[in-house]
Amino acid sequence: MRVMQRLRLLPLAALFAAPLPAQTPAETPEEQGLAIAAEADRRDIGWQDSKAAMKMVLRNRQGEVSERAIRVNSLEVKGDGDKSLIIFDQPADVKGTAFLSYTHATEPDDQWLYLPALKRIKRIASANKSGPFMGSEFAYEDISSQEVEKYSYKYLRDEEVDGLPAFVIERTPQYRHSGYTKQIAWLDKEHYRVLKVDYFDRKGAHIKTLTMTDYRQYLDRFWRANRMDMINHQNGKSTTLEWDNYQFRNGYTDRDFDRNTLKRAR
Amino acid sequence: MKGTGYRPGAWMLWLACAASPALGADLSGYVAAEFRAFTSTALDPRQHDENLSVVAEPEWSWQWNDGRSTIAFVPFARLDQNDDERTHVDIRELAWSTAHDAWELRLGVRKVFWGVTESQHLVDIINQTDVVENPDGEDKLGQPMINLALINDWGTVDLFVLLGFRERTFPGAEGRLRTHPRVDVDRAIFESSREERHVDFAVRWSHAIGDWDLGLAQFHGTTRDPRFVPVTDPDGERVLAPVYEQINQSSADIQATKGSWLWKLEALTRSGQGERISAAVGGFEYTFYGMFDTPLDLGVVAEYLYTDRPVATRSPFEDDVFAGVRLTLNDAQSSTALLGCIVDLGESGRLCSLEASRRLSDHWVLSIEARQFQDLDPGDPLFTLRRDDYLQAELAYHF
Repeated sequence: MRVMQRLRLLPLAALFAAPLPAQTPAETPEEQGLAIAAEADRRDIGWQDSKAAMKMVLRNRQGEVSERAIRVNSLEVKGDGDKSLIIFDQPADVKGTAFLSYTHATEPDDQWLYLPALKRIKRIASANKSGPFMGSEFAYEDISSQEVEKYSYKYLRDEEVDGLPAFVIERTPQYRHSGYTKQIAWLDKEHYRVLKVDYFDRKGAHIKTLTMTDYRQYLDRFWRANRMDMINHQNGKSTTLEWDNYQFRNGYTDRDFDRNTLKRAR
Repeated sequence: MKGTGYRPGAWMLWLACAASPALGADLSGYVAAEFRAFTSTALDPRQHDENLSVVAEPEWSWQWNDGRSTIAFVPFARLDQNDDERTHVDIRELAWSTAHDAWELRLGVRKVFWGVTESQHLVDIINQTDVVENPDGEDKLGQPMINLALINDWGTVDLFVLLGFRERTFPGAEGRLRTHPRVDVDRAIFESSREERHVDFAVRWSHAIGDWDLGLAQFHGTTRDPRFVPVTDPDGERVLAPVYEQINQSSADIQATKGSWLWKLEALTRSGQGERISAAVGGFEYTFYGMFDTPLDLGVVAEYLYTDRPVATRSPFEDDVFAGVRLTLNDAQSSTALLGCIVDLGESGRLCSLEASRRLSDHWVLSIEARQFQDLDPGDPLFTLRRDDYLQAELAYHF
């Protein structure tokens, strides 16, 4: 489950393989939007694999707080979506539960859940994209690998976010079972990092806003937001993801993302 | 306290100590209190209509080499108010494992699950069922084994040498949810002269190909699923003696995952307990995600259960349908409920159950369970449970 800011390697990206000056005038807003997404994707090729710990803080309307802790291992897959393994540490009753997913650009993802009490691996339905992830305000589709082909794009305007010049693009999900009709994303012009996303539900109402902050650069190249705040405007709840201890190029292979490893993950 | 638990050899303790590079154990687990109330008076005056019970299952785990080497130790203990057989201890796990590119080796007491269906776990055979825990059969006793997994592009081949046999647990004279007459575990009859020291073998191939998850398995050894013969105890009580025969079982389990649909099938054929028998369970699960524009998921499960085995060997599911709904609130408390009924198509008879759970706080989880046995035919193996409808609440503290 590579997070938000990365967009996927794909043949389209090769069209823009030469670093694309941000100012290149594309013919239509759609082509401009796609060019921005493809450039963001191109800049995040080559990280190979990563692991990180994540703390999730859930707040309800009354301000009550509950916490979750997970660990995420990810593998970059050339020519397809990423593979990821999520290990649940908190709350205590789900400790040892693990989730394996193979993301695909256009095909449905492959997902398995390991239930430690029964030692059972369950293949789960790939249609479940829009539901809450661990009871949070993040949907699975918000935190799964963001392939370029998953959306169609439209460049809207330039705008500053907290003093940073940014592109504003509209993304329309192209995959089935999305919970959104569209998303508006702000990417900073210098590094093509997603700074903010507005989500619009199936009725077209603005339901959630995500802000991504505390960006840090790894291997002198790859930017990762260490804090993500999702606010749900309809139910008054919010969720904060705090990432910690990112480590890249651990030498992971497909073998570290198979069902035998899923059963062993603790 | 009656110890039915497997007592591990000294070699295993040595293994646990020697292989652990003293990285410090990770401790987790739970303790829980459970209360059961039965809605009808028991058939046997020795039985009770209410029951309290406490259980603990801590887990110590060690891992090193970035998780490629692990040791797990999971003891289990239950103390039951009324049933001496349900008061028991076990070692659910005490195992060391090492993972390499092409193989994994796992040694010690472990639990292994095979299968895909919801209403019955037909092909799951490695571990013995801890029946006293819950009539749903999902609780298992630890099984000592050597398990070598060979990992190939064309699937994983698991080889099992099962060192010794675990007898099934059964409720005692004062326990509910049992047969009448009761099963006396001290009267077990084995076909093999090696009895519970018989070494069993199993091999399984499993693979995922696109939307399909496939498993094929072969088991040779002592049946986990005994027949019963009536015998008379020295004190004159008529009881049932479990008969553990040597069997050969071939099985397949298949799941196809198509969008919101899960299609599932488990099938087996077994020889060694009288005539060759075959059995199958198959069906689907369909989930409506995000019902009514809420985070709520509603799953519908339907499965058909078939076996040609004679009633004398006590499988109640020879021509039955399971229908159930699973409700997942997707809230911060992880609230879920599963309501389902198994209906006998040939005779009358219906077994309905409700299982629901909700996290109360970071550490506390409340679970509710209810089972009802309706319109049972006197010829149905479940007829013996006709007075055992119950409601159960369990409060667990997880750490």
